[in-house]
Amino acid sequence: MTPLLQVSHLVREFRRGGWLQGGTSVRAVDDISFDVQQRETFGLVGESGCGKTTTGRCILRLIEPTSGQVVFNGIDLAGLNARDLRRARKDLQIVFQDPYSSLNPRMRVGAIVEEPLIIHRIGTREERRARVDELFGLVGLDPAHVTKFPHEFSGGQRQRIGLARALALNPSLIIADEPVSALDVSVQAQVVNLLQDLQTRLGLTYLFIAHDLRLVRQVCDRVAVMYRGRIVELAPADRLFSAPAHAYTQALLSAVPRVHPDDRTTRVRFDHTTFTPLALREIAPGHFAAIT
Amino acid sequence: MNSTSDAPLLRVEGLRTVFTLADGREGAAVSDVSLTVSRGETLGLVGESGSGKSVTALSILRLIMPPGRIAAGRILFDGHDLLTLEEHMLRTIRGRRIGFVFQEPMVALNPVYTIGQQIVETLSVHGLARGAAARARAIEWLEAARVPDPARRAAEYPHQLSGGLRQRAMIALALCAEPSLVIADEPTTALDVTVQAEILDLLRDLRASLGLALLLITHDLGVVAEMADRVAVMYGGRIVEQGPVAEVFQTPAHPYTRGLLACLPDATRGHRLVAIAGTVPSLGQFPPGCTFAPRCADRLAECDVAPPDVTALAGEHGAGRTVRCYLHQTTAGGRP
Repeated sequence: MTPLLQVSHLVREFRRGGWLQGGTSVRAVDDISFDVQQRETFGLVGESGCGKTTTGRCILRLIEPTSGQVVFNGIDLAGLNARDLRRARKDLQIVFQDPYSSLNPRMRVGAIVEEPLIIHRIGTREERRARVDELFGLVGLDPAHVTKFPHEFSGGQRQRIGLARALALNPSLIIADEPVSALDVSVQAQVVNLLQDLQTRLGLTYLFIAHDLRLVRQVCDRVAVMYRGRIVELAPADRLFSAPAHAYTQALLSAVPRVHPDDRTTRVRFDHTTFTPLALREIAPGHFAAIT
Repeated sequence: MNSTSDAPLLRVEGLRTVFTLADGREGAAVSDVSLTVSRGETLGLVGESGSGKSVTALSILRLIMPPGRIAAGRILFDGHDLLTLEEHMLRTIRGRRIGFVFQEPMVALNPVYTIGQQIVETLSVHGLARGAAARARAIEWLEAARVPDPARRAAEYPHQLSGGLRQRAMIALALCAEPSLVIADEPTTALDVTVQAEILDLLRDLRASLGLALLLITHDLGVVAEMADRVAVMYGGRIVEQGPVAEVFQTPAHPYTRGLLACLPDATRGHRLVAIAGTVPSLGQFPPGCTFAPRCADRLAECDVAPPDVTALAGEHGAGRTVRCYLHQTTAGGRP
């Protein structure tokens, strides 16, 4: 089966320092490759600055990659002009971390959800309205609230609105960039459950970007661990959490505070100064690690 | 109250802190909060945003600014009632006997002074050291907080440090006056998980070597489980459950604590998370009865009428535990 998304040798460099200092390049994303299968939830985890968010944005070309290929549904997104890219993006949507800053505060939430339909000239006014009501129902919001403004909703509800907007065009892939990390713990579970229900109902594929390893373990089929712009380990979620092979993955997993004493493991420390970028190699079926 | 050694170092009784809302009404961000922290003990205060945990901490330090005010209660620290103490006396306690570590060191540290200058200032304000001696002490404290190359870092400004180093500097600053109690409000929330683990290790080690009492405020149940002796769970301005950490997390008594533990993504993949319906109410929208009642699956008729009283739990897992829930008032801890 061909993967829905194929990322190959993706690189994104940023210039550090102004032109007066000459400026050096930093590789935020440094030659990463992975595939995401249809209906899979693929996790991209790592700490701040590891390049996981930049990777998500490069896939959508919200940030232009410096080099590398992103093939989605057989189409190389890097080669598309603006018009074709817009058409391709119908199928490829993003949900952002912060539901407080990602919704236009001056638009009614119904209009926020309807906007993608207008941009892509889909349906008549009545059809679009009906679709908005349907989308509200789908994400568990009352369609009677379409005339309200974002500030009238709680964080969890706002994240549902962002999700309804992302779903408006029936995408096959959703890039969820820290979709619940701004929410209270008791509300996180509601949104996670909703994401999983929608996946089952609509056959969605998720690229799930997160720093919370407990959550990643819960929702992802396969997980790639990023460190300094590189993927250091990639494995099925159960395998990654039970038999992490890279020293950084081991350190990351052992640093998570555990509620139950039985779950606690010995802390592994990772010496950041000794990190050398290595190529991934398959150490077990489907389990890749950048180790010697 | 005398400062005998077996009395708790900090005792908060019936604390109520209110804020005047935009429409002129008053909303109680903290209602009838009572807790104790003994010498050398760590109490974890957990809750979600808006639960009142940070307001509780600021009230203890009497740092509540208008439109907020402390409306009722007593705060006894080592025999002194902090709420009736003169401001100049309070200053000999705040920062000296009670240190504090805030979530965002970039905000809490002064951006125009070096890290070293800020520690030196604290030492000299409290008359602990000045001049060259204070500078030497500042470097020692940075070293104790495991800041690498402390002499060089002492001369740097907060913006020159990484998030983890800044939090270490903040801890050095909080501890340099050798307080007996440290209040740490989400000290690791802004940090990456590996840095968080290092900061928690540091707090644990310093707590042991200095015999500190710690009031640790966090939303992360894992952090509480690993750090605290006892836990107080806050929701909607009230402490809904209190007791030894292991027991509370093993056999949670309050429906909110149960829900909070159940919705943690801590288990294996695939199984659905147990979600708590609804959302955390905001200040001014707290219901008249139990603040958790609108989201509670086990709610009774009386839950909507008036808030339940604090009940001591009986039975096998009851030692030292209290809960604020009608389920336990009617059946005296009989329910699971």
